[in-house]
Order: sequence, then C-alpha cells, then structure tokens
Amino acid sequence: MTAQNPPALGTSPGTISNLLWTLVRFREAGISVFILILVVAITLRSPSFLSVDNFEDILLNISILTIVALAQAMVIITRGIDLSVSSMIGLVAMMVAFVVKQNPEMPVLFAVLLGMALGAVLGTFNGLIIAVGKVPPIIATLGTLSIYRGLVFFYSQGTWINSFELPKSFKLLSKGTPLGLPNMVIVAIVVAVIVYYFLNYTRTGRDIFAIGSNPDAAQFAGIRKQRIIFLVYLISGLLTGLAAVLWASRFESAQTNTGLGFELQTVAASVIGGVSTGGGAGTVPGVLLGALLLGIIQNALPLVHISPFWQLAVQGVLILVAVVTDNLIVRRAQRTQK
Amino acid sequence: MTQHSETQSATLIKEFAPRRSFLAYFQRWEWLLVLLIAVVIVANTRLSPHFLDARNISRTSSDFMELGLMMLPMAFIIITTGSVDLSVASNLGMCASFMGWLYMHGVNIWVAALAALVLGSLAGFLNGTLVARLKLPPLVVTLGTYAFYRGVAYVLLGDQAARGYPKAFTYIGQGKIPGTLIPFSVALFIVLAIIFGLILHRTVFGRYAFSIGNNENATLYSGVPVARIKIILFTISGFMAALAGLVLAARFGSTRPDIGTGLELAVITAAVLGGVDINGGKGTIIGAVLSLLLIGLMRFGMGLLNVQGQVQGIVIGLLLILSILLPNIAQQVSSVRDVRINWRSVLIGLGALAVFLAFFLFFFWSRALVIAGN
Repeated sequence: MTAQNPPALGTSPGTISNLLWTLVRFREAGISVFILILVVAITLRSPSFLSVDNFEDILLNISILTIVALAQAMVIITRGIDLSVSSMIGLVAMMVAFVVKQNPEMPVLFAVLLGMALGAVLGTFNGLIIAVGKVPPIIATLGTLSIYRGLVFFYSQGTWINSFELPKSFKLLSKGTPLGLPNMVIVAIVVAVIVYYFLNYTRTGRDIFAIGSNPDAAQFAGIRKQRIIFLVYLISGLLTGLAAVLWASRFESAQTNTGLGFELQTVAASVIGGVSTGGGAGTVPGVLLGALLLGIIQNALPLVHISPFWQLAVQGVLILVAVVTDNLIVRRAQRTQK
Repeated sequence: MTQHSETQSATLIKEFAPRRSFLAYFQRWEWLLVLLIAVVIVANTRLSPHFLDARNISRTSSDFMELGLMMLPMAFIIITTGSVDLSVASNLGMCASFMGWLYMHGVNIWVAALAALVLGSLAGFLNGTLVARLKLPPLVVTLGTYAFYRGVAYVLLGDQAARGYPKAFTYIGQGKIPGTLIPFSVALFIVLAIIFGLILHRTVFGRYAFSIGNNENATLYSGVPVARIKIILFTISGFMAALAGLVLAARFGSTRPDIGTGLELAVITAAVLGGVDINGGKGTIIGAVLSLLLIGLMRFGMGLLNVQGQVQGIVIGLLLILSILLPNIAQQVSSVRDVRINWRSVLIGLGALAVFLAFFLFFFWSRALVIAGN
C-alpha cells in the first residue's frame, strides 16, 4: 500500500488522467490558492488583517477546531462520522472544570490527562456500539450526542463554572506562552504531527485508509475491521477530551451549552479539506487548511464590515462548493481513465 | 434486516447462514411500539395524576406536530436513499424567518406564508438536485445546506424577532377544531399522515421508493426514473419543513432565526425508532407515527415529573440506540453456531464494563460534590 490518496485507484500512465489525479491528490494546492486570494482580498479592504497579532488570534481560534477536526477526519476516512464530539466537549469540559474547581492545587497536567481519559471512555462507548453492535455511525453518534448533552445537564444541575472559580494555572494552560507561541497552538501542532505520522507511516494508519476505501477487500486481506473502527472512535474521544480541557481553559468557563453545534464545524473543516465522505481519502495538511479557511472567514467578516450573521451561510456554501468540486474532479478523472 | 454491504463479507467468510425464526418477534416492530406505549401510559398514570387529563394531553400534543410533519417525508427519504435529510430544521428556520421578514416589511401574512412554502420547496429541490443529478451523498449535501439555510435565517432576521402575527394566522399553531379539544395542527398532521401512508403503501410511487431503497441499480435498469423520484422526495421534504415552520411560528406567535434548532435529530430519531431501516428499503408510516406517539408520551410524562428537557434527551438517545442495537445483537447471538465460550470476547466485555463502571462511579462521586457545593 504505497499509493497515497486516493488509494482505491492507482495511477496509470496517461497524461490528462495523471493531471487530474494530481489535482485530486494536491487538493491542498486548490485550497491554498483559495486562501491566498481570500487573504489578499481581505487585506486590500482592511490592512490590519495581515498583522502578526491578528494571525496569532486566528491560530488561537482554530487550535481546538484543528484537534477535533483531525479526529473527525480519521473517523470519516473509515466511512463513519462522529456527531457526538460537541457533546463530549461539553461533558468533559464540565467534569474537568468541576474537579479543577474542587482541587485548585492540582497540577494542570493531571487535568489534561483526566480530560483525555474521560473522553476516551465516551469514545469507547461510541466505538463499542458501532464496531461490535453494528449500529450505523450516524445513528449511534446521534444518540450519544443527545445522551452526553443530557449528562451535562444531569451532572451540573444546570449550573456552570465561571472564570473566578478556576485557578490561574488552569486558565494559563491554553494561553501561556513559555515557548513563544500559545501552548494551545503548540498542542495542536504536536497533535497534527502525531496524526500525520500515525496515518501515513504506521500499519494501523494505513489500515484505516484500507478499511475506508474498500471494507470487504480490507477484511479479506486480513485487516481486523472491527478493531480499526473501534480504534478511530476511541481516538476521536481521546482527542476530543484533550480539546475539551483546552476549551474550558481558553474560555475560562464550562457551561451546559459548551460546544453546542461544534460537530458541524469539525465535519466542515474535514470536508472542505478534501476528506471524502465516501471513505478512504483525506490528508492531514488538507484538514489543517480547511480549519484555517474557516478560521480566516470567522476572523475576517467583522474586519470587512460584513455582519457576523453571514458566517454560517458562508460556511454552508463553502461545504457545498467543496463537495461539488471534489465530485466533479473525481468523476472527470475516472472518465478519462477508462 | 436488510443485508448491508458491511456485513456481507462477514457472512461470506462464515458461509451463508440461513436466517432463523428467532427474530420473528421483532419482525413486526409496530407491535413492540404498541406494547411500549401501553407500558409508558400505565407507568405515567401511576406516577402522576395529571397524565390522563384530556386538556393537558391536548395542549402537549401540539408540541410534537412540527416534528411529525417533518418525520413523514423523512421516513420516505430514509427508505429511498438509506440516508437522511439533515437540513429540515434549518429549512424550517429559514422559511419561518423569511415569512416573518416579509411580514415585518408589510407583506400580507398569507402571501408571506405562501412565499415561505415556495421557498421551502425550492430549498428541498436544491437538495434533491444535488443528490440525484450530481450523485452526491445526501448526508454531505444536507450538511452543507443545514449550515446554509440556517445562515440565511440569521442573515434575514439577525438578532431581531418577527412578532405580532394576526390571530387568524396563529390559529394554525394554537387553535383547536371548533367544538373539540383536538388542536388544528394535530388534525393537519393526521390528515397528512394518512395521505403519506397511502402514497407509501398503496401507490406505484411508494413501491418505487421501496424498490430504490432495496436495490437502486436494479430499479434504474427497470426503467424507473430514480433521479426524478429522489428530487420529488426532497422537494416534498422541503415543503413539509416550510409547513412545519409556519405551524411552529404560529404556535410561538413569533419567529427568531434560531427557531427549531436541533429538531432534525429528533425527526430522525422518531423515524428510525419507528422501524424505518436507516440502510433503506424498509419501514412503515404507521410505525413512524407510533414512535412519535411513544416519544411524545415519554417526554410529556417526564415533563410532569419535572425532568429537564435536556435530561429527557438521555432516555430518547438510549431508546434510539437500543432500537437498533438490540435486534442486531439478537441476530448476532442467533447466528453463532459455535457454542463454546470465546474467552477473549468475555475478557474484552468485562474490561469495557469495568471502564464504564469506573466512569460512572467517578461521575456520580463528583456530581455529589457538585450538588453539595450548590
């Protein structure tokens, strides 16, 4: 399995088809160009956009999105979807924030580990229902989306944790800059590097692509499908747990509606970044660019004096455009290859 | 259970196992729902004296009609495409907001309502065209329009609310059929449910829907206009979402752009719990209506017991998962021929159990501290 994405069809010698496949494979190039045009256009209207401060602000805003979107991408590559991430963020953020509030002296690293452990348990639950119980991913995570959100209310009795109740060390966990960049950005970069290595250079990572591009063939080739599917939901929970702790630290609070609707953004970042919902295709740089694009739009709308109410509509159009272009390119490529 | 491609290989490996009659009990899902409804009614009557109050039930029943109106076409779409229309609630929000926006700009309410219905149908048509003509997965298309339509609602109304609808209009959400306790919206839903049921189970169009859901290619090669049927279904879904939007706006007496947010999940839950197979090709309207009744009665009962709406979501979510999980497990158990105990599976199962136990111990232990702190 040496071929990169999409692994379903190998490249054959041929001029046009090769060119089109290159387009598919370098999906990142397309988004990069789009981002560049966008950046130039925004800067022309509002020069303050292109400042270091603003750029750091964007990075800070998309760090959490990046971490969860990478997990979401892994799930989508196996032809699944994890809609429960937003509720997992809400539940883990709430539980960790309460524990931190009760034990202000606790080392922050412990809070991070606790969040990841709690997230992993929730991910395990998803994984078991989907891999062993054979419940379709969309139904299973739709169910746990409402179960986990319900648990947030059940746990907190409708109350929330405010900034003054959290110790300073916890609040600095995401925003402190001992290494030059905010910790949160560094965590996101580290996660991206690990996921990149995992997906491309480990056997399990390649198995994830194999399962996604052809589940039956992968199983006949001896890949343990159940185990891989279970694993991606476990990883999704683990990374989402990490993101939840960062969320509580960044916004210095945990509320009953923390993370509400976030699942859409993670799917959007993945899909815009070229992760195919048909499974088997997707890259880490693509997802990063997808998240960056969403972050830039979110940041730029107020700068160019467009009402923030447009944000959701623009996001929706972007998803549609990304999916339609993807589909057209792949279909053209397949047609010329025949 | 339709044999899905995912399970096909497993079946091939183990050689084809004949289906047993072990699942005969589950084969009429509707009876199980009737049984559950009976249990819920008996339990709630014992728990609260206000449960069987006719006026209470009349008032509560209209709370679930928007959901029901969107559930009817959703059942059709799931049966036909084996996928869902995620955009219904956003479409509802867009249409209700559009109507409110027009009304605020001085347009007659009925003209505005008609325009909203047209907009909803067009939005559904767009979904259908992208799905059927460009052959895109419905889930992704409607995820995009889910954001887009809701976004349009925000663009139209911003942080405003449209209010002051005339009484004649709010009647469709709040009024009752004269001389009875039956809300108008319930009557509307019943009539439409009968129409949808007849179309699905008694017409050629309905047979095509099942046929596409079971084997799209075979249906296509039999000369059925598959793409056109899909477009019609998504358009109807859009129209019904708009209709639900009108009913909901009339019930609230105002429209905010976040109206109906999150309803799509409740709609899908109701359809799937009603026995509509998420892989397509199987389901009944009567099952979907029964599951709506079940969800409504459960939520009503829990509401009377002062259970928060969000906490009720735990029960509904569990019900959704169990409704698919239990038949699957029963099937897996019944297809196991080797009766020897697989110790590895047992160990994994025990390990998972221990993990969940530890999680809930921690959950309740720290929750006790939360309550003590309040």
